[in-house]
Amino acid sequence: MWEYSEKVQEYFYNPKNAGVMENASGVGDVGAISCGDALRLMIQVDPATDVITDAKFQTFGCGSAIASSSALTEMIIGKTIDEALRLTNQDIADFLGGLPPEKMHCSVMGYEALRAAVANYRGEAWEDDHEEGALICKCFGVDEGMIERAVRMNGLTTIEQVTHFTKAGGSCATCIEGIEEVLAKTNAAMVAEGLLDASDAFDPLQAARPLRRPKVAKSPLAAKLEPVVKPKLTNLQKIRLIEEAIEELRPFLRQDGGDCELVDVEGERVLVKLSGACIGCQMASVTVNGVQERLIEKLGQPLRVIPV
Amino acid sequence: MRPVYLDNNATTRVDEQVVAAMLPFFTEQFGNASSMHAFGASVGGALKTARRQLQSLLGAEHDHEIIFTSGGTESDNTAILSALETQVGRDEVVTSVVEHPAVLSLCDWLEKSRGITVHRIPVDAKGRLDVEAYRKALGPKTAIVSIMWANNETGTIFPVEMLAEMAHDAGALFHTDAVQAVGKIPIDLKSSEIDMLSLSGHKLHGPKGIGALYVRKGVRLRPMIRGGHQERGRRAGTENAPAIIGLGKAAELAQLHMAEEQTRVKALRDRLEQGLLQRIGNSFVTGDADNRLPNTANIAFEYIEGEAILLLLNRAGIAASSGSACTSGSLEPSHVLRAMKVPYTAAHGAIRFSFSRENGDADVVRVLEAMPGIIENLRSLSPFWKTKDRPADAAFNPTYA
Repeated sequence: MWEYSEKVQEYFYNPKNAGVMENASGVGDVGAISCGDALRLMIQVDPATDVITDAKFQTFGCGSAIASSSALTEMIIGKTIDEALRLTNQDIADFLGGLPPEKMHCSVMGYEALRAAVANYRGEAWEDDHEEGALICKCFGVDEGMIERAVRMNGLTTIEQVTHFTKAGGSCATCIEGIEEVLAKTNAAMVAEGLLDASDAFDPLQAARPLRRPKVAKSPLAAKLEPVVKPKLTNLQKIRLIEEAIEELRPFLRQDGGDCELVDVEGERVLVKLSGACIGCQMASVTVNGVQERLIEKLGQPLRVIPV
Repeated sequence: MRPVYLDNNATTRVDEQVVAAMLPFFTEQFGNASSMHAFGASVGGALKTARRQLQSLLGAEHDHEIIFTSGGTESDNTAILSALETQVGRDEVVTSVVEHPAVLSLCDWLEKSRGITVHRIPVDAKGRLDVEAYRKALGPKTAIVSIMWANNETGTIFPVEMLAEMAHDAGALFHTDAVQAVGKIPIDLKSSEIDMLSLSGHKLHGPKGIGALYVRKGVRLRPMIRGGHQERGRRAGTENAPAIIGLGKAAELAQLHMAEEQTRVKALRDRLEQGLLQRIGNSFVTGDADNRLPNTANIAFEYIEGEAILLLLNRAGIAASSGSACTSGSLEPSHVLRAMKVPYTAAHGAIRFSFSRENGDADVVRVLEAMPGIIENLRSLSPFWKTKDRPADAAFNPTYA
């Protein structure tokens, strides 16, 4: 089931301006029954102002073909011919709130029918350069013909280039093998025609080799998770750092009428002597923990502060 | 308003009895059939029953001729790929132009990348196989013939039993994609020369994702999926026990309702078909009306496009399908109708109504009420349509073709 927008459904179920127009100023017939869609657009033009005063359509086709035709008539009525000719097929699709990629050709048919009808009104011959192939990239609605033209016009030889020029394969990439087939075929034809050097042509064998996944650069956050390796301290360096740390803490201890002195260092055990108000203070253990934390931070290694 | 489901060749509703048979095998009897303990043993027994139920529906001589697979496509692929390996010195495949993509796409690929020669036998305007062309295509290089039992779009039945004998005259294996035939027409494999047959669970009120390949005793088979010893080493991977048990139950029910399919369901189909042809001009039945599945009607409505018909039917609560190009995303209409040389003006507007035993008279009435208005509405929009006051529009000759 196609995902048709509300607007497409509305214009399909209740098409506006459907039917035959007697004595039309211009008639444009496009499409083919073999393709499953065909459209006749009839316009009434005021010769004095060049304004399209009325438009009618008849369409053989699917839901979106009928909706696109009806939308087209709505969009051109009241416009001058020049204004109307500025409309693109994308405008028709946008007017309808979008069309599925497989159905974009329905809007192209409307675009072409308008040109055919205007040519008929002006008494000119109209020739379409309509060309369509199998749809390759469903994400961006790119067909075989578009890829082939892009490859030929720009001398493309890699999948990446095709993606840059046409968008094909730029989203889910499941159509890559389809793109490759068109690219290889077109390049081979270009080589045969002398337009491309054989050594530059796309090589499907090379393209099919396994790809390494590029290594992801480390996030700055990841660095913090790495263990910090610090050079091993000698006993003397350790004692000096501990003394320094206690010295830094001393003013705070003194504020509360206490003090702390280093007694000895035995491996991870740091023996300290608390004095003054610290003696008998219920908060002494909190103080010891505070000192311990500060020392661990300063030395960068685990240790235990023991009051003696 | 109750929806009218007439797209049973696409898929069917799982029968409630099938669901009931499956449910215990998800939570209560969840064991792996290969296990030594009691959990495994009870599942093993149930798988055996399912195999026998399917054997009975197919009229196969032995239950071990049935290999459970993931569905029709896997069965088709296994059969053809295996034959190309076992029939050493033979590198040609004979098939028909109206096969399902499960066979046609594989054949296209074999031709393109494996250097296999593929003969695609044409059909006539009624979709009947050109038996003379078939006879000529068979030869000492033919490894396997793969021809469907009944066509999914028109329901046309091919004389596969005769075709199998002709294949054997040429020393070739014979495979049939019977996905649409199994459960709808009686089949008796033990009295035929068919070597391999594919079927799918969800076409006969069984679950999706399960199917089977019948391989006649003695026919060599090279597995496509290798691994464990399941299915006697011919299709590896832990058995999808609930689905297999569901397929077995579905097969039993299909056999039970076989007569009804030939009588009541067929009568519904005929009533709908005649009613539509009476009410709507410029329409005709496609396929071989005298020799087709009892449940399928494929009717072409000229000068309008199928997807538009389906959208309007859907709005009326009716589900059917079409061979229209626009429903598949390609620009060509159904390869089956094109092979039958149904003109483009009609092929694009062909609608398939496919019944099942769950349909009733009310469904036919609903479609007969809805269709004339829908067709009239779309024809009034069509530039190809002629009316009394506007003669045949020979003038409508659009620019590109």
